[in-house]
Amino acid sequence: MSFHCIVCIKQVPHPGHFSKINLDPVTGAIRRAGIPSVLNPLDKNVIEEALCIRERFSGKVTAITMGPPQAREVLEEAYALGADEGVLLCDLTLAGADSLATAYTLAKGIQKIGKYDLVLCGNESIDGATQQVGPQLAELLGIPHVTHVVEVNWLNEREAVVKRAIEYGYLKVKVKMPAVMTVVKSINTCRLPSVLDIMGAAGKEVQKWGCCDINGATECVGLPGSPTRVIGIVQVESKRKREMLKGSEEEMAKSAVKRLREYGVI
Amino acid sequence: MAQQGEVWIFAEQRDGNLMTVSLELLNKGKELAGQLSTPLAAVLLGEQVDDLAQQLVGYGAQKVYALENKKLKFYQSGAYARLIAELIGTHRPELFLLGATMIGMDLAPRVAAKVKTGLTAHCSDLYLEEMQGQKKLIAAVPGWGGNFVVKIACPKATPQMATVRSGVFEKPAKMQSGNGQIVKIAAAITSEDELAETVEMVESQPTGLKLEDADIVVGGGWGFQSVGGFRLAEELAGTLGGATAGSRPAVDAGWVKEDRMIGSSGKTIAPKLFISAGASGAMHFTTGFSKAKVIVAIDQNPKAPIFEVADIGLVGDLGKIIPCFLQELRKEKSGV
Ligand SMILES: Cc1cc2nc3c(=O)[nH]c(=O)nc-3n(C[C@H](O)[C@H](O)[C@H](O)COP(=O)(O)OP(=O)(O)OC[C@H]3O[C@@H](n4cnc5c(N)ncnc54)[C@H](O)[C@@H]3O)c2cc1C
Ligand SMILES: Nc1ncnc2c1ncn2[C@@H]1O[C@H](COP(=O)(O)O)[C@@H](O)[C@H]1O
Repeated sequence: MSFHCIVCIKQVPHPGHFSKINLDPVTGAIRRAGIPSVLNPLDKNVIEEALCIRERFSGKVTAITMGPPQAREVLEEAYALGADEGVLLCDLTLAGADSLATAYTLAKGIQKIGKYDLVLCGNESIDGATQQVGPQLAELLGIPHVTHVVEVNWLNEREAVVKRAIEYGYLKVKVKMPAVMTVVKSINTCRLPSVLDIMGAAGKEVQKWGCCDINGATECVGLPGSPTRVIGIVQVESKRKREMLKGSEEEMAKSAVKRLREYGVI
Repeated sequence: MAQQGEVWIFAEQRDGNLMTVSLELLNKGKELAGQLSTPLAAVLLGEQVDDLAQQLVGYGAQKVYALENKKLKFYQSGAYARLIAELIGTHRPELFLLGATMIGMDLAPRVAAKVKTGLTAHCSDLYLEEMQGQKKLIAAVPGWGGNFVVKIACPKATPQMATVRSGVFEKPAKMQSGNGQIVKIAAAITSEDELAETVEMVESQPTGLKLEDADIVVGGGWGFQSVGGFRLAEELAGTLGGATAGSRPAVDAGWVKEDRMIGSSGKTIAPKLFISAGASGAMHFTTGFSKAKVIVAIDQNPKAPIFEVADIGLVGDLGKIIPCFLQELRKEKSGV
């Protein structure tokens, strides 16, 4: 038996630079020039989980990402961590995708890859944070999904009982493969890449597929395939007092406490 | 002209109790339904839901679609999504709002993908706006860089869907007698629904002060890195008899627990006093406490957007300011 696990990973702006990202006040377009990109931090745990499964059942791990040409960097990172194959879905027509169009594109890419047993995603990306891609991908692939996965107990290669977090507790879900699972950080601890894998990753090819390669319908991908639209941005008027206190630290602290007493909040 | 579709909200129940966020959505839904001159309906699934359906009517639902089956006792990702998508196909609602709980966030995207419509997450506000002669739902979500919100619409597909966190809208008052129609539906479960099957739910209510119930909250950000962690924030909260919370970087650093993250992908709270320290004031964060009565900001960068949304601003090193604050508070306490 050989188990094929597909991991969906995403390149995102480095979270330490978020305060430098802004929006074009006219077009609403996101301005992130000069901001470094990284692998979505949670997607490392996604890869780790896939590696654990490969150790358990043997088989292979394929990483897939949709993004601009430089998104191949996250596939290289996946190779360094131990992934066997990497697929980049990259095409100008794919740009501007919301979660549904993203899920559609990933589903088409995954169908082209062929037979698989499990698709793993992060529960949320750090820049989109919609948590929507995983369940939508499952729907478009026509397979079950479980989100917020904190623990997977395999009954056999075809079935698992997973713990998925809810507010103040968890649900135990019995799920048959193939399925989509979206995982949270506490599911595992990521290993460090081995020197061998890093060296092996260096020259490794990634598959690059455009919209035609995956048989994508142009009206279903990118901006045209996205039912949601950004229609504008608005500056929020602050109704706050915005009183800036003056003086030394001691003086500011003193005035602050005085004010808070006046306001009756302490 | 086609009849205006209804406004729907998902009434989430766990163990026979309605989630607060569902009631909050009823409140907002009523306003939107009024503006669209269409009924407000709640969609409720469970084992036996008569009682809950009555409660929903009491909170303002004009219609309740009550789907019952023994197997719907717990949330079932397959069955819930399919049944709701079928109901949408039959009744063609205009809007469908769901609470952004860890279950709502699992259900909403699957339903949206089934019916091929748009879904917007982490909305900080919902309202209607005229678009090409039609009233369309605008979902406001926090934008990047200071105090901007991005307006998102779903101009063509229906229902227009959105998920909203608890605390964003107010809970409605319970009416003496509601007047609503309860549409009972005996739901059938298929074997495909059961490819993923919830077999058990384990809940443990937290002990101690819930963040949502705290009158005073100290919310710390990445700036605490400069003092090697969160001890000062905890001390300040402790002295004030409040709770600590954090921005996403503070949570990622492990200083505060994940369920104490404030913001659009975390909690929305409305304490009497919110003290933000070492957080730059990204809208994603500040939207989580914009309803606080008084907001204090401490940050060393005088240009940080946090000062725009604060009542009282202190510019300086939190490593120095907080100890002074503590000293001052202790003085007051001991009556010196
Ligand atoms: C879709 C999406 C959803 C998001 N959801 C959330 C969310 O729910 N919650 C959330 O918090 N974030 C969220 N974020 C991230 C958000 O955009 C910001 O990146 C984050 O809030 C910044 O956290 P911070 O202010 O702690 O860190 P920073 O922006 O790094 O700010 C640190 C601040 O500390 C100050 N500082 C440093 N040292 C000191 C010192 N010694 N004394 C005083 N001040 C000091 C600095 O001047 C700076 O202003 C989301 C982002 C996206 C894209
Ligand atoms: N462009 C993308 N390419 C590959 N995977 C993605 C992409 N966008 C989102 N994902 C996956 O979906 C998860 C959740 O993202 P989101 O729905 O944006 O919160 C991520 O952790 C990834 O696993």
